[in-house]
Amino acid sequence: MTTPLGYFMGLSAVLFAIGVAGVLIRRNIIVMFMSIELMLNAVNLAFVTIGRRMASMDGQVIVFFVMTVAAAEAAVGLGIIISLFRNRETVNADELNLLRW
Amino acid sequence: MPLWLFIFLAVVAIIGAFGVIIQRSPVHCLLALALTLFDIGVLFIGLGAETVGFLQIIIYVGAIMVLFLFVIWLLNLQTEADGGGHLALKFFGSIAAAALAAELFVFFSKAAAPTARMGLVAKDYGSIELLARMLFSDYLVGFEVTSVLLLAAIVGAIALARRTPAELVRSGSTVKSGSGAR
Repeated sequence: MTTPLGYFMGLSAVLFAIGVAGVLIRRNIIVMFMSIELMLNAVNLAFVTIGRRMASMDGQVIVFFVMTVAAAEAAVGLGIIISLFRNRETVNADELNLLRW
Repeated sequence: MPLWLFIFLAVVAIIGAFGVIIQRSPVHCLLALALTLFDIGVLFIGLGAETVGFLQIIIYVGAIMVLFLFVIWLLNLQTEADGGGHLALKFFGSIAAAALAAELFVFFSKAAAPTARMGLVAKDYGSIELLARMLFSDYLVGFEVTSVLLLAAIVGAIALARRTPAELVRSGSTVKSGSGAR
């Protein structure tokens, strides 16, 4: 018995919500960044599932692009974190309040 | 993909995702995230997207996770004392996330025919040949722009993370007076 495609969408929704919870709850910038990656992957799962439903490859091409952007984002984001840590000696988002009025 | 296999993979993925947001040590969070991403890659393969599934495992679990690991070790992060964050923030954050999950469930159950099963697809569905064909025909512009994006990301990452000579002098670790001479 094959799995209904709706189950995959449900799993995608759960993973996305867990990622949102991670960004809201955790104060460690690196863990928040990991939660963002988790959300990206949940959306990727939805793309592949819908692509399979429509028997088209477009969803997979979009996933390919999302992966590329995620790699670029990880490189730049981790560079920002390193330079932030060098200047402020912390990765706690509560202590990084330079942009807060 | 058989139902029992999907349920197993879904349970592993959700446990891993909770591990990311519950573990205190960043390295443990990262290992849980790697487990989840590997699991999602297997789900891709089960959905018939073999190429994307293997790319997911190679790029995410192989490359991006190692990059995260390097940064965590480079910054020498210690385990947080209390897991970080305030109690009210945790409470309201959990409620907001649960509300979002419920909303997405309602949306998907109305929009996406939840009981629809996988239809038959062409034999080369998900193959690297078909993916490459689409990348170099329909999505050629996006593909080329991606290379520019990657170049910009490389330059940006180096510009962000390197120290300027003035900063090196200020921190007293230039080549001449550095600790390397000891």
